[in-house]
Parts: sequence; structure tokens; C-alpha cells
Amino acid sequence: MEIPHVVEVHPETGIANAKLGLWLFLASEVMLFGALFSSYILLRVAAVEWPIGSTILSVPMATFNTLVLIASSVTVVMSWVSLKLNDFAKYRVYMGITIVCAFIFLVVKYFEYTAKFDHGLSPATSTFLAIYFTITGLHAIHIIGGIVVNGYLLGPGARMWKTDPEQFTGRVEAAGLYWHFVDLVWIFLFPVLYLL
Amino acid sequence: MSDEHHQELSWVRKYVFSTDHKVIGIQYGVTALFFLFFGFCLMMLMRWQLAYPGQPIPLIGSLFSDSTAPGGIMLPEFYNQLGAMHGTIMVFLGVVPLAVGAFGNYVMPLQIGAPDMAFPKLNMASYWVYFLGGVVMLCSFFVPGGAAQSGWTSYPPLSSIASEGQTWWLVGMLFLIASSLLGSVNFIVTILHLRAPGMTMFRLPVFVWAQLVTSFLLLLAFPALQAASTLQFMDRVFGSSFFLPSGLVVGGEALAVSGGGSPLLWQHLFWFLAHPEVYVLILPALGIVAEVIATNTRKPLWGYRSLVYAMIFLGFMSFIVWAHHMYMTGMGTTMSNFFQTTTMIISIPSVVILTALIISLWGGAIRFTVPMLFALAFLPMFGIGGLTGLPLGLATPDIHLHDTYYVIGHFHYVVAPGTIFALFAGVYHWFPKITGRQMNQTLGKLHFWTSLVFINGVFLPMFWQGMAGVSRRLYDQTFYAHGAAVQDLTIISSVSVWLLGLAQLFFIVNFFRSIFAGPKVEDDNPWQSTTLEWATPTPPPHGNFLVTPTVYRGPYEYSQPGVEADFTPQNIADGNIADGGTTPGRS
Repeated sequence: MEIPHVVEVHPETGIANAKLGLWLFLASEVMLFGALFSSYILLRVAAVEWPIGSTILSVPMATFNTLVLIASSVTVVMSWVSLKLNDFAKYRVYMGITIVCAFIFLVVKYFEYTAKFDHGLSPATSTFLAIYFTITGLHAIHIIGGIVVNGYLLGPGARMWKTDPEQFTGRVEAAGLYWHFVDLVWIFLFPVLYLL
Repeated sequence: MSDEHHQELSWVRKYVFSTDHKVIGIQYGVTALFFLFFGFCLMMLMRWQLAYPGQPIPLIGSLFSDSTAPGGIMLPEFYNQLGAMHGTIMVFLGVVPLAVGAFGNYVMPLQIGAPDMAFPKLNMASYWVYFLGGVVMLCSFFVPGGAAQSGWTSYPPLSSIASEGQTWWLVGMLFLIASSLLGSVNFIVTILHLRAPGMTMFRLPVFVWAQLVTSFLLLLAFPALQAASTLQFMDRVFGSSFFLPSGLVVGGEALAVSGGGSPLLWQHLFWFLAHPEVYVLILPALGIVAEVIATNTRKPLWGYRSLVYAMIFLGFMSFIVWAHHMYMTGMGTTMSNFFQTTTMIISIPSVVILTALIISLWGGAIRFTVPMLFALAFLPMFGIGGLTGLPLGLATPDIHLHDTYYVIGHFHYVVAPGTIFALFAGVYHWFPKITGRQMNQTLGKLHFWTSLVFINGVFLPMFWQGMAGVSRRLYDQTFYAHGAAVQDLTIISSVSVWLLGLAQLFFIVNFFRSIFAGPKVEDDNPWQSTTLEWATPTPPPHGNFLVTPTVYRGPYEYSQPGVEADFTPQNIADGNIADGGTTPGRS
């Protein structure tokens, strides 16, 4: 038994199964983060006082993390392009850099979090910090998810390059889409929580 | 279809961790039927306390622990647990998994002519995550303080200060949401990409359209509850105050939290899911009823396209009616005006669907089979449920009716004699395809008529109770004079519930007996139906079709002029009609 359109695109949608599935998943993710951002707006509008993010949070650290994520977005595209150009060695390099960037992001995030805890700041301190920890925490879980997926595609999953290069390239593309989404969430998070 | 990888799968891979959509559908079905029965049992217990408050539960009363029902007399806390878990289990673990997980999984790929779902492994994961969610929910009864007791809606601040069971409820919900996300992505990709050659979107059976719209609702509405559950989890575990306002006093003491949160925020997020969820409950049921009616009237459905467009419009509108559950929260008349307007608009597509199904009966040569009886009863029952909703959807009458038994009566008419009757119709309709055996028609008819009488006995009195002002959450309504005055109606409801429970024995006996000893079906298409699921061998093997079918016509070509047989299956080419619409690929 063979499932149609695993590799070859569907004539009506113009894409294969995995990509359509991933776009749908991202639509659901948009609703999830949309609900959290809406909660942020409702809480802030109703609040008697609301701190400016930059007075509590570290803007330099977050700026650095923004640059790291944008760089990783570029490298994940390059890894996919490398596969399209049939250059598997370059794919490994670029995918490796993407994963390293993700780890750098998490390390910086770890120092940010611990600095807050050291000053006795936690989700119980204020609603602002509560939403900060919730949204950035959820985002960090998504980063970890990305590391797992990209790590699989760099490690054991890469065996598929030999057996079915087309499907493997499709998987890398889907993982790349997800990774862009995770970066994009951060692009919204950064100004909303740190700057406004 | 290539079979070079064909090898005997181990028993575990074949029946436990199977990736075959039919096995997963059956797993969903069995699990969901168990939870439906379990949730129903919780309700039968509650009805004892309501009818005979403060009296020991007969027969099984001594089985309960001192923390739930000492001496068989139910404690208010236990009553609240039963109420919250009845709602949660029926909606999230019973009806939706049966309507979408079971019927959607089993029937939809067959109806579109697909070999399986687009992502078989995700499909398996979806079931097992659902299963885990169910286990977490069941376990929550045994943690200190018992299961969640803040209603299936879990409104804060009550839920924020409730016992540990509420945290378990939140974790269970996160599992169920993850499961439904995996399922809905899979369903949409399958319907869009895996249709057989010739199966255009407007040749899809109504049931498939219902599953498609339902999947979009699950995909886009559930994340709001995912966000809300995460926030409430933060409140309960990490001490944040998303839903806790400043200056909250519990038990005479100020709560030691930062405050600054909004209980209304939870309600907005919750109902943003839970209103589309209502249509998740009803759309697959409408799809099943459409299939059963078309097959048993022997004529095409009336207004197929209107049905489809109405379902799409219904799905869209269901995202902008949520705050009609919140008229009494003080959110303001502007908001109320907006939401009562959208609520009146959403009743239009519902009426279009119901009208199309009723007109479909007109001039049909109706076969009163058991599935058809359930489908026919669905129409007026769903109608009562829908019409009694109109006063609730308008802000002014809702002031009187809000949170009374009238609300309970209203939505149970939609979901119980509505959706659950449709699900019974589906079980009786597809049972021969799934098992290769027929269910007993006499037991089926006994099941139908007794259920129909008693289910109305349960829910009809609730409208009067509600109009008398009895709140839906009371542990003992006789405590109040206006409640005591209508206590007789409560007793009628309760006795009807227990009789309804007995009536289900007809179904249970019939179901299990027919699996092993029902008469074998002679034909792959015992109902002489037109849709593709009947063009498979019985029961369908792994991979479903012997040859990939090609579709030549719409889904409901019954009694076509100039054709001898009164049905023309979708996979019969025009040139082959003369041979009476025989089914190719017969086993």
C-alpha cells in the first residue's frame, strides 16, 4: 500500500502532504500564540499599572538573541538550498550551524531567567512577569522542539538522503518552515515584551 | 498498489500500535463508547442526589469511600466532581472521539477512495495521546480532594483555588488538545490530497464535508483552550495571577497572590474554543444523518450544495458567537448586541441544513431500518434543541434563563437525542461493513423506541424547571421554595434517566452478540448504497480497495431515471450502468 502525494505534489494544492500538514499545524500555532498575545493585550489594557519591559528585562541580551535567531533562519534556508544543489556536505554544515544557534539562544535565555530568579522575580511577582515567563517559556519549548527535529534530520534521519533524496529534501523544507515560524514568534515577542 | 513490503505484522503492530486507519477508528470507537457509558453512569449517580436529596444511594451506596459518600449519602464536593467530570468526559472523551476519531477515521478515507490516512503514524499517535488524556482524567478521581469540581467550564477564580484534581484536569485537557490537533491536520490533508481520481470536492459525501469543516474548527479553535489551560496551569502551579483579580478574599482571608488578573479572560478564551466545539459535536452527526437518510429514502439528498455551503458558513460563523455564553458577566451591552446578532445569523445555516434533510424525505420510498429510525428521530430532537436555543441567544430572555435547567435541557436536546442518536444511527449503519455481520433489527428497534421515550422524559421537564428559575448547579434544589415546588419534575427526569440506562442494555447486548453471532452479510453493499465505503471487501483489508476506484458521479444517485437499479454507485462508469450497478472489486 502506498500513500499518494508523499513526494509528488498534488495538482490542486501544488504541494505534497507533509508541507500542507505543516502549514495547517502552523495555522494552529498562530491561533495558540494569538490567544496568548490577546491575553497580554487584555491584561495590559485592564491593568492599573504596567511596567515598561525594558526597565525589568535585559534588552541587550534579547537583541543578541534576535540576531542569533535571524542568522539561524538564514542557515536553515541554506541547508535546504544545499540539498537542492545536491551538496550534502554543505547541508550538514548549515544544519549544524542552525542547531548551534538554537543552543546559543537557549543558553542566553537561561542566563536571563536565572538573573530574574536571583532578584526574586517570578511569575508570582506580577502579571507582566507572569505573561513574560509563560510566552517566552512556551517559545523556548518550541525552540527545543526545533532542535529535536533538526537534530534528527542531521543525525539518524539523514540516512534517507541515500534512499529517497526527494522526500528527505521535503522533510528539511518542512522543518525549515517550522523553524521560520519559531523565529517569527520571537520577532513579535521581542518588541511586545521587551520594548513596549 | 505495490505489495512488495507485504509481511505479516506482529499482533501488537496489528491491533495495538496499528497505523491502519480502520483499526485506529475501532480503537477510538471502543474507547469512546466506554467513556460515554462511564460519563452516563456519573450522571445516573447525580440524579439520585437530585431526586432524593440526602438519602443513601441504594444498592451500591456502601461501595463509596468516606470522602465521597459516607454511608452512601453523597457529599456536595463529590456531587460537584460528578457534574464537572460528566461534562468533560461526555464532550471531550465520548462524543467527539466517537464522532470524529471513530467514524471520521474509519469511514472518511473509505468514502473518498483513499488507501489510508495521509499520515498513518500521526494517526496512531493521535489515538494514544487521547488515551493518555483519558487515563489522566480517570486517575484524577483518586488524587487527594478528588477530581475537578468547578464544572466542565472550569471558571476561575473557583477553579484556581480548587483541589489538586483541577491540575490533573488541565494536564488531561492538554493531552486531549494535542490529540485533536494531530487528528485534524491529518483529516484535512487526507480529504484535500487523498481523494480517488474523479472524486472532486463537490462529489464528496456530506459526511466527508462535515469532517472537513469539523477539522478546521478543531484545528483553529482548540489552541485558545490550550493557551487558557496553560495560563490556568501557571496560576495553579507557579502562583501567577492571570485569572485572579486584585483583592480576592477566600474563606475570610485575602489570597496571597499578586492579583491584577481577569477571570473574564478565561471565559473569553474558553468559549472561543467551546462554542465551535458545539459545532464539532453536531456537524459529524449531521453528516451521518445525511448518509443514512439518502440511503434509506432511495432518492438524492435535497439541496446537496446548499448543505455544503451551509456547513462551511456555519463553521465560519461559529468563531464569532462565543460571548453569547457571557451575557450575564457584565461585559457590556455593545458586546451583547454584537454577539446576539451573530448568534441569530448562525441559526440560518442550521435551519438550511435541517430543512434540506427534512425535504429529502419528501416522496422517498423510506425504509424504516434501525439506523433510519434514529436518523428520523434526530431531526425533530435537534430541532427542539436548536429552537429552544434562540431565547438563550438573545440577551434579554437570557437574564431569566441563564444558568438554569432550561440551558441544560436546551443543549442536551442538541447533543443527546441529537448527536448521540445520530451516532447510534452510524453504529447501526456501518456495523455490517466494519464487522461483516448485521445487528439484530428487533433489539435495535426496542433500543430505539425505549431510548426515544425515556430521553424525552429526562430532558423535557428541564425546560419547565428552568423557567421556574431552578439553577443548574444546585446540590439540593428542595432547599429553596421555588425548587421544592418543581421537585416532582426532577423525580420524573431521574426515573427516566435510570430507565434510559436500562434501555441501553438492548444496545449493549445487541452490539456484542452481533460481533460474534450476528447473521453474516451476503453482499459488500447490504444497504445498496452509492458511496465508496461499500465498494470495498467486507471488512475492508489493509489498504482498503482491491483496485483504486475511479469516481464518475455525485454521491447520492439513487433512483436515477432510465436506470433499472434504484442506486448507482459513485464508481460505476456510465457505460456500465445497464448491469444494475453491480459493485466492482467484490470479495
